[in-house]
Amino acid sequence: MNTPAIVARNLTRRFGTFTAVDHISFEVQSGEVFGFLGANGAGKTTAIRMLTGLLAPSEGEATVAGYDIRTAADRVRERIGYMSQRFSLYDDLTVRENIRLYGGIYGLQDDEIARRSEVMLGELEFTPPVTAMVRALPLGWKQKLAFSVALLHQPAVVFLDEPTGGVDPITRRQFWELIYRAAAKGTTVFVTTHYLDEAEYCDRLSIMVDGKVAALGTPAALKAEFSVASLDDVFVTLARGTASSGERSP
Amino acid sequence: MSAPAIVVQGVTKTFGETPALRGVSLSVAAGELFGLVGPDGAGKSTMFRVLTTLLVPDAGSATVMGHDVVRDLWAIRSLVGYMPGRFALYADLSVEENLRFFASVFGTSIEAGYDLIAPIYRQIEPFRDRRAGALSGGMKQKLALSCALVHRPQLLLLDEPTTGVDAVSRREFWDLLDELRASGLTIVASTPYMDEASRCDRIGLMQDGRVLAIDAPAAIGAQFPRALFAVHGGPRARMIAELRRYPFVASAYPFGETVHFSDRRLAESPDTIRRELADYLAVADLQEVRVAPIAPGIEDTFMELMGESPSVAA
Repeated sequence: MNTPAIVARNLTRRFGTFTAVDHISFEVQSGEVFGFLGANGAGKTTAIRMLTGLLAPSEGEATVAGYDIRTAADRVRERIGYMSQRFSLYDDLTVRENIRLYGGIYGLQDDEIARRSEVMLGELEFTPPVTAMVRALPLGWKQKLAFSVALLHQPAVVFLDEPTGGVDPITRRQFWELIYRAAAKGTTVFVTTHYLDEAEYCDRLSIMVDGKVAALGTPAALKAEFSVASLDDVFVTLARGTASSGERSP
Repeated sequence: MSAPAIVVQGVTKTFGETPALRGVSLSVAAGELFGLVGPDGAGKSTMFRVLTTLLVPDAGSATVMGHDVVRDLWAIRSLVGYMPGRFALYADLSVEENLRFFASVFGTSIEAGYDLIAPIYRQIEPFRDRRAGALSGGMKQKLALSCALVHRPQLLLLDEPTTGVDAVSRREFWDLLDELRASGLTIVASTPYMDEASRCDRIGLMQDGRVLAIDAPAAIGAQFPRALFAVHGGPRARMIAELRRYPFVASAYPFGETVHFSDRRLAESPDTIRRELADYLAVADLQEVRVAPIAPGIEDTFMELMGESPSVAA
């Protein structure tokens, strides 16, 4: 497939006089693991809200899974998955109820939901009972399950917003193996993280500073461009250049 | 040698059926910067709530500055500054009103504590009339730290002060802690970030309500039981698969741009292990393979100890 999974052209969002996202442009290819980095307040969340069809841009354009986020936001939302550290599954529903709820929201028939969830739980090697409340699951299982549920409707692009925050180091690595597996099947993965060792696991990444894309490339290319040994140093070099990291909003 | 700031012996705490602390023992020396390191659910917050006298342990004992956390709770409260994991200030009060409130609760004033909080508070003082709820994440964190310090505590307890904070702000926050420690304050901070742990004098690794190890960061790394190698080369997924298929593999985990590998043959010399592994990888379809010995870090040891503990993470 030649059409990129995500195309952003001069995508911009203003709130009053404040420009949260300032003419960002990039493309993400199908099956790519794309890291979307930036300091707190750099504009990442606003950009993601536009790309997921939740917030209209003030200027510029973008397509996600081939659909225009301005004119076909509904189509975009059908073709993407989303999970974050803060919002993933419903704690007060069982594992099975969560899967049925998400499958139902995306219009899957009951027998299809049953078939896909069996495959999904098998691939996850999920050991807790499906009748367990999600609240009772260890955080590691919760996050891995949330990721798989976000893929249940076979989206073209999945957005992961700090999916591994607070997770232990072994589960964090298992989570990335799930990401690679999804990408190998052609799902495009758009991921944010504060763990810079995880940024190394991305095919390419962008670093946002003050609403703009300040750097974009493979991890190796970015380190070469800034002549530093680690992505941590790339990040600090870029973010330190601003007035005060994370304190941009008025 | 002065008395320890904190002594915890065999503390357990269970919520309903869920054990949060399963017999935790540790001590923190006066003037020390001590880190509690572990994932969500390890028991870090429960430990803080016991130390701040907000929770009574089911069993075991704990003292803070020589005072028992159950019998002498009122003595402890004014000696301790506590920054909880969740934003716990009054969102509808201004920055200055919050700070004044916390000072007055302890019978003091902003002015009396000003020199101690100045390095932090000066950064948010221009916004002193803004509602706390309208501050950015970084500014909320600085206000919370100011409120925890304004009554000049001897011990500062910080529950995940940098969770969800970007890498640059995290570094700046730890620079601040260095300054506070230099002024003589004892500090205990928890974090899920292993890279931050290296900035502590000593750390306790926590998992599933237990302390897996307590030592200086470098010594924790040195607890790793085998020779460790950083393996470069790609594609990464195939490299990991090849390493896991290697007959003598003990562990193979991605670490940034490399994969950390250890060999289960303890009797072999590191040089032999390195050479044989390089030969094995040479015949696989991989690019730019390099195998180099490295010193194990905190995260290597943590994962090793997790694997050994009775309830392995999901």
